[in-house]
Amino acid sequence: MSIYIVKRMVLAFLLLIIISLITFAFINLSPLNPAVVVLQAQGIPDTTEELIRQTEQQFGLDRPFFVRYLDWGMACLQLDFGHSYVTNQPVWSTLGPAFVNTFKLTLVSSIAIMIVSVVLGVICALQVGKKVDKTVRGIAFILTAMPSYWLAALMIWYFSVKLDWLPTSGMDSYRSYILPVLIITISYAGIYFRNVRSSMLSNMNKDYVLYGRASGLKESVVMMHILRNSLQVAISIFCMAIPIILGSTVVIENVFAWPGLGSLSIRAILSRDFPVIQAYVLILAISFVIFNAISDMINAAMNPRLRNGL
Amino acid sequence: MNILEVEQLSIWDQHSGKALVHDSSFQLRKGSCLAIVGESGSGKSLTCRALTRLNPKSLAQSGKIVFKGIDLTTLSEAEIRQKRGKEIAMIMQNGMSAFDPSCVVGVHFRETLGQHLGWKRRVADDHMIKAMERVMLQKPVELLRKYPHELSGGMLQRMMIALAIVLEPDLIIADEPTTALDTISQYEVIQQFLLLRQTIGSSMIFVSHDLGVVRQIADEVLIMRSGEIVERGTTHHIFTNAQHEYTRYLMATRATLSDHFRQLMEGS
Ligand SMILES: Nc1ncnc2c1ncn2[C@@H]1O[C@H](COP(=O)(O)OP(=O)(O)OP(=O)(O)O)[C@@H](O)[C@H]1O
Ligand SMILES: [Mg+2]
Repeated sequence: MSIYIVKRMVLAFLLLIIISLITFAFINLSPLNPAVVVLQAQGIPDTTEELIRQTEQQFGLDRPFFVRYLDWGMACLQLDFGHSYVTNQPVWSTLGPAFVNTFKLTLVSSIAIMIVSVVLGVICALQVGKKVDKTVRGIAFILTAMPSYWLAALMIWYFSVKLDWLPTSGMDSYRSYILPVLIITISYAGIYFRNVRSSMLSNMNKDYVLYGRASGLKESVVMMHILRNSLQVAISIFCMAIPIILGSTVVIENVFAWPGLGSLSIRAILSRDFPVIQAYVLILAISFVIFNAISDMINAAMNPRLRNGL
Repeated sequence: MNILEVEQLSIWDQHSGKALVHDSSFQLRKGSCLAIVGESGSGKSLTCRALTRLNPKSLAQSGKIVFKGIDLTTLSEAEIRQKRGKEIAMIMQNGMSAFDPSCVVGVHFRETLGQHLGWKRRVADDHMIKAMERVMLQKPVELLRKYPHELSGGMLQRMMIALAIVLEPDLIIADEPTTALDTISQYEVIQQFLLLRQTIGSSMIFVSHDLGVVRQIADEVLIMRSGEIVERGTTHHIFTNAQHEYTRYLMATRATLSDHFRQLMEGS
């Protein structure tokens, strides 16, 4: 197992290097000269040759590609993503808090998604084909088919405006979490619980379940074995949901005015604020790699057959 | 004396109402071995599982299953559970899939022995290790710590037999226990089955495609075809004097497959 962990970490590290290189290259290969973009972003209309050279020097844009990449990479490791072209503030001073806000929302939602998926998945599997199973699947189908912004608007109207139970927007107390988390949970758990359900069902038909019963094991003991094998799916769901939600909260954040990455990235993209975009893309990619690795390691711990796969 | 008497066992699919096993009756004398032979889909596995009511809920069954004087169909779920494994043990066809892939194999044995005999881990392991030595498994202590995918089908098959040796059931049901094995492992496993019958004197139901194996191990044979018993008799009778044309057909087609196997058996 420890060999697996080392191998998996080396792989994750290589992926991170590749991703950072690609991120850096993409931004630099953009047809626009960054110096021009800086000047435009700062609202300077006339971009003379002189001014461009000055700016290039100021931001170190005149040095060779790999030197800049190494510099940038080392700085990133210290959370120094350079300065915003627009505000001239350090990128992390705005991105950091936004990341924390989005991450909080994501974490709470992922936990909710995992719990709801597992509970519904297990119940449906145990009641397969019965009324409960059909009802849950029907409702989930309808709910996941609705666009999340529409669902959000509907819920704000009902719970916040009509009943005045919950805040309409912002991030003030735990009550601000309820609606966004609810909507994110609905759109993901409605899909993920089916994975738990089908994984349960396929495990229930396995030979080891029959042999367990034939050996006289209690139904509860047999069920623990089924769960143990099915919950690997739940853990994958949890670890995969985090980066996916991190990268897709834009809509929800805008509807609820959540001060997070989603709103920030939109602003950065619209104003071509390259350092911010770069940092945003990098953070998302890193979290994908990290949570993927964690998910693989937990799964390998639970399912020994996977350990030989790397 | 009969240890098991099955009377008019029928099994059908509750959704479609389709009959899968029809009105099947047979007896098993104490200490003897009954082979069930028949082509794929003839209802052999369904019959075996029906004895301890292990078929999925979507299948219904009727008829009497009298085991040691008690009709198993009248027992509660908890009562029949105490008989499973302890009095009627099952040996599965495919050892590789018979154990939870995410646990070391020792877990299953501890759970089963703990359930029936109330043994703690240490005691259960000690007994399993002794039994595993008897079925010629090397390094039993290490084997208990292996995951199923790290062992071969033949080894797992013998571990199931070892568990049966510890539990000393009155009846062992082996559903095609050698089909998934190569010839050498088949030979070893069959040897262990013969030994098992000698040591604990249990009765046995042995399902097999392989008439060569059946001839070695069984006292009596049932021939099944699409859910019905078409012929029955002592092994000698069936092999020398089959009446039903389907039995003769099975006899004619078996030859080539088990030639190598017979050489092994006769060479021993
Ligand atoms: N759960 C089930 N629901 C409906 N039909 C089933 C079910 N299980 C088995 N059957 C049907 O019952 C018939 C007998 O199945 P069974 O498994 O007893 O055959 P078998 O004699 O053991 O065959 P094999 O040699 O392939 O193991 C088959 O036609 C099969 O399709
Ligand atoms: Mg079968």
